[in-house]
Amino acid sequence: MEAQSPFTTLIEISNYQSTTGKKNLPGDFALWIFIFAEMLVFGVLFVAYAFTRAYHVELFNESQLTLSRTSGAINTLVLITSSYFVVNGVSAIKQGLSKQCGYWLIGAFLLGGIFIIIKILEFHAKYAADISMSTNAFYMFYLSLTFFHFMHVLMGMIILAFIIFKVLNDGYSAKDYVGVETGASFWHMVDFLWIILFPLVYIIR
Amino acid sequence: MKYTSQAVAKPYFIAAIALFLGQILFGLIMGLQYVVGDFLFPAIPFNVARMVHTNLLIVWLLFGFMGASYYLIPEESETELFSPKLAITTFWVFLAAGAITVLGYLLVPYASLAKWTGNDLLNTMGREFLEQPLPTKVGIVLVALSWLFNITMTMLKGRKTAISLILTLGMLGLAVFFLFSFYNPVNLVKDKFYWWWVVHLWVEGVWELILGAMLAFVLIKVTGVDREVIEKWLYVIITMTLVTGIIGTGHHYYWIGTPAYWQWWGSIFSALEPIPFFMMTVFAFNMVNKRRREHPNKAAVLWALGTSVVAFLGAGVWGFLHTLAPINYYAHGTQLTAAHGHLAFYGAYALVVITMISYAMPILRGRAANPERAQIMEMWSFWLMTVSMFFIALLLTGAGVVQIWLQRISTTPMSFMAVQDSISIFYWAREAAGVVFLIGLLLYIGSFFVKGESRAIE
Repeated sequence: MEAQSPFTTLIEISNYQSTTGKKNLPGDFALWIFIFAEMLVFGVLFVAYAFTRAYHVELFNESQLTLSRTSGAINTLVLITSSYFVVNGVSAIKQGLSKQCGYWLIGAFLLGGIFIIIKILEFHAKYAADISMSTNAFYMFYLSLTFFHFMHVLMGMIILAFIIFKVLNDGYSAKDYVGVETGASFWHMVDFLWIILFPLVYIIR
Repeated sequence: MKYTSQAVAKPYFIAAIALFLGQILFGLIMGLQYVVGDFLFPAIPFNVARMVHTNLLIVWLLFGFMGASYYLIPEESETELFSPKLAITTFWVFLAAGAITVLGYLLVPYASLAKWTGNDLLNTMGREFLEQPLPTKVGIVLVALSWLFNITMTMLKGRKTAISLILTLGMLGLAVFFLFSFYNPVNLVKDKFYWWWVVHLWVEGVWELILGAMLAFVLIKVTGVDREVIEKWLYVIITMTLVTGIIGTGHHYYWIGTPAYWQWWGSIFSALEPIPFFMMTVFAFNMVNKRRREHPNKAAVLWALGTSVVAFLGAGVWGFLHTLAPINYYAHGTQLTAAHGHLAFYGAYALVVITMISYAMPILRGRAANPERAQIMEMWSFWLMTVSMFFIALLLTGAGVVQIWLQRISTTPMSFMAVQDSISIFYWAREAAGVVFLIGLLLYIGSFFVKGESRAIE
């Protein structure tokens, strides 16, 4: 099969949407613009990391060893699991099961909380070791990237909290669940960014 | 007009335009002083002309924002303004304080002004854009609080919309960040660090909320597009603005004694600041294309579209030109900054205030839109001012590039003043463009006096 450019794919998606009236992108379209912008921000940060690393390979490799891979790995599992919970929450609301949806999302929210706690412990360890953004280029990127991502997890949790509150008050239904999908899309983005961030900063050497 | 109390916006708008005229006149004076150094010396020295030019800009935009919100908030909240009396009192206090301050700048040596106004008690003067004497600064805070109070009370007793919420948030931010103008640490690095909390976080942060809200309001009115659609866009744009703009403050923190990571943070986040501006352009054109009604005020639509385009170019593109740390290493504080400053302020803030005035003023004067002849004059003034401002920006960009080359890159670098002499041709041409701008502004003012058939309010 011939390789397709992303542009043609995009056109096909929009054609498909306009001819069938079905939506390919779950959730609110405005959020997708936001998600693309966010990915661009992180993308630029990842590229900047890669280029800077190329100039200071030894420094990066050496500093990288001081990171706790175990914490990072646990956090990866935590976020992936939370995303799985969110998926279940969305499919529950599609069947009109508000309560179940709420419980799945509460599970995801709690896992987000575990991520936050582990991350704070990691930050604390670095702070105790007198490491800051001015220590060296690696730590500058490590702290910037993970802190920026950390803020997104918090944001995702706030969004989930709003949806949980609404869904438990029967604010969504099998017919109207765009809000749930919108929040879920944001949460998956947070998860996805971590899946790139974790190997990039903690493992690849 | 739907609510009689909206009428308090009128004096604010008139004062804004009058001060705008003053700003342009002082701009022309100092533009000439760039090339004829002793022009009007010693009556109006360059530093005084510059202070008046920039301070008038800020003050007339504030008048515009206040007038706009006194018009907009009652309509959005579907209720009369909490206290029209307070709004009018605030107007006169602000106008008087502004006039006395400018007279102080013009008639008294700055050092004496500082001495007489209690700068010894709390040292806040002498910093670019924050030159105001202590009593004026306190006055600005009181005026902002009175404004905020009036608007918030109005909103609380009426309908709460996304537009009024974002506008109020922007005004709250404006008031809060101005408080940093009272903080003037002895340490020069700290001084500059917090100075930007007023300057940058105003124009690249909270003012953009005010801009977004005002533009969205006018677009709802002139296009008839669903509020839901416009509000959703507004939220996305505002979020992006704050995400990029707040951390983007870092692009002022290169090599001023702040930690080096600001070079990364500042470069990356400020490089993305054009995105929300671009979204605003797409949004404005989309809404106008999807319009459900033909509003008789065509001029207002032109100003609104112009705002979105020139804001993107002036704030977004011209800002991006010198925002990356490696480029700014050379471009820092050259005429390139002046080029960006001019086009951005004009595109984002001058134009949005005029958009609002252009939309609201006919209604305040009892008609849906101005007579056609008046609107044509307005459109002429739009094109004259916009095109000449583009020329000013392009010429200053040219001046900046040559300046960077001669002063900072060339193997035989020249001194600052020698470079200024060799780029005087750009300054002469800039002055000519400035005269065209003034003509455009005079036409705009003239359009208010054109008589003729006009449609009544629907």
